[in-house]
Amino acid sequence: MVTETKEAKNSNAKTGTLLVKKALPQMLKSGVIMDVVNAEQAKIAEAAGAVAVMALERVPADIRADGGVARMSDPELIIQIKEAVSIPVMAKVRIGHFVEAQILESLGVDCIDESEVLTPADEEYHIDKSKFQIPFVCGARNLGEALRRIGEGAAMMRTKGEAGTGDVVEAVRHARTILGEIRKLTVLPKEELMTYAKNIGAPFEIILQVAETGKLPVVNFAAGGIATPADAALLMQLGVDGVFVGSGIFKSGNPQRRAEAIVKATTFYNDPAVLAEVSRNLGEPMVGRTVQSLDEKETLAKRGW
Amino acid sequence: MRLAVLALQGDFAEHAEMLRECGAEEVVFVRRAADLEGVHGLVIPGGESTTIAKLTGNTSDPIFDTIIEKAKNGMPVYGTCMGLIFLAREIEGYSQGRLALMDIKVRRNAFGSQKFSREESIKIAELGQDTFPVVFIRGPIILSAGPEVDVFASVEEGIVMCRQNNLLATAFHPELTSDTRVHAYFMGMVKAYAENNCSKKEQTEPLTLGAVKSLAACGA
Repeated sequence: MVTETKEAKNSNAKTGTLLVKKALPQMLKSGVIMDVVNAEQAKIAEAAGAVAVMALERVPADIRADGGVARMSDPELIIQIKEAVSIPVMAKVRIGHFVEAQILESLGVDCIDESEVLTPADEEYHIDKSKFQIPFVCGARNLGEALRRIGEGAAMMRTKGEAGTGDVVEAVRHARTILGEIRKLTVLPKEELMTYAKNIGAPFEIILQVAETGKLPVVNFAAGGIATPADAALLMQLGVDGVFVGSGIFKSGNPQRRAEAIVKATTFYNDPAVLAEVSRNLGEPMVGRTVQSLDEKETLAKRGW
Repeated sequence: MRLAVLALQGDFAEHAEMLRECGAEEVVFVRRAADLEGVHGLVIPGGESTTIAKLTGNTSDPIFDTIIEKAKNGMPVYGTCMGLIFLAREIEGYSQGRLALMDIKVRRNAFGSQKFSREESIKIAELGQDTFPVVFIRGPIILSAGPEVDVFASVEEGIVMCRQNNLLATAFHPELTSDTRVHAYFMGMVKAYAENNCSKKEQTEPLTLGAVKSLAACGA
């Protein structure tokens, strides 16, 4: 009798479990998540086939150009974007700024990006993401960094790349590094795993899991410098689960066309004929800056550890 | 028996894994109409329904019409979450592209934003005595179902599992759990269709190369 009453009231229902948090990014796989700065751009992104939007006040290219401290967006902007679209809405908080994260959670965003694109609030500690009901995505340059974030409760990973440059070289470097390290891990004898965990500064339990399954325990996207359909397909062929496009779309000549093209390229990443077709007449890509031309101080990927 | 998963966007890999666990020997990923040849059952995974509408509409590939034609000829189709929305005749408040094969009216994001996504256990009589773990991720709900639709399960918000002849739909994601009963149930539908389809071919068609190939695909 007791069980029946319970079931009628759905009292065995649980929100915010690790399974539920990891599942949202699973639904976004083979999709494109686009940076948008207002409701109008969000609608264009949704109509072009984006699986989610990242609500920001400035895209990374403008954050670079403007300088100064970059913080969480005005909640008013996030609310407007949430009202404009039916797809998931993500937003960024500064590394370590758990109060910005609490605010975003209360606004009902679907996922929080603890992002190196904003100015870090804490140079030593990242957010304890396991405390939150909604999933976090975090950037990483290598496997150790990815597994530390997962250890803190991140439900999704992405490469850091070098945001706001339009130069894909760092996203490729980080994707190759992470996926290469995973492949290596699967062939190491078990007695070497503890030392490996110590050397890369990663939680041992998660190292064991990755060694056994040959993949991260969460969805892994590429981000940082993707500007063309070919860039998106390149990262997909390297083995990521989907892509973030930041400045690449709305800093280009024809955002709508480019957005649609990148969506198609992410699905048909293995089909050069489709890639050729969607790459035609896209107009000007974002101007971009080569990563090599950046001063050490200008690189964002080194933020966080 | 050849199973397929629509692999344009979403958690298609998880579905393929589940079908293999249920004993499917061949699981193909479908991205264009040609990939559907010789397929006996199709799973439409979880994902974003606006994205799938975009990727199947407005394209030179006839994948959209091919799925409809095959489903109308009896091929079993199972849609989860996005797949359920894509199968529905009517989507409350949206006119987005959909197959409109099932006589159901659905509400997108019926549970609200991700913080209201949840897991729980419910009884589903068709799957046996034990409760089934259901996971709703910004999930839809079925508001109403036509007379040909059999309702299998509901929660407070509305209907979450139903079947209309060869079409099966769940608002939840069994592919994210370790319980294979929904996929096994669907495999049963596919098996019945494949056997029926193959025996019909044997009787009516002369043994052309195509017929031999499709018999081979049925495991005959």
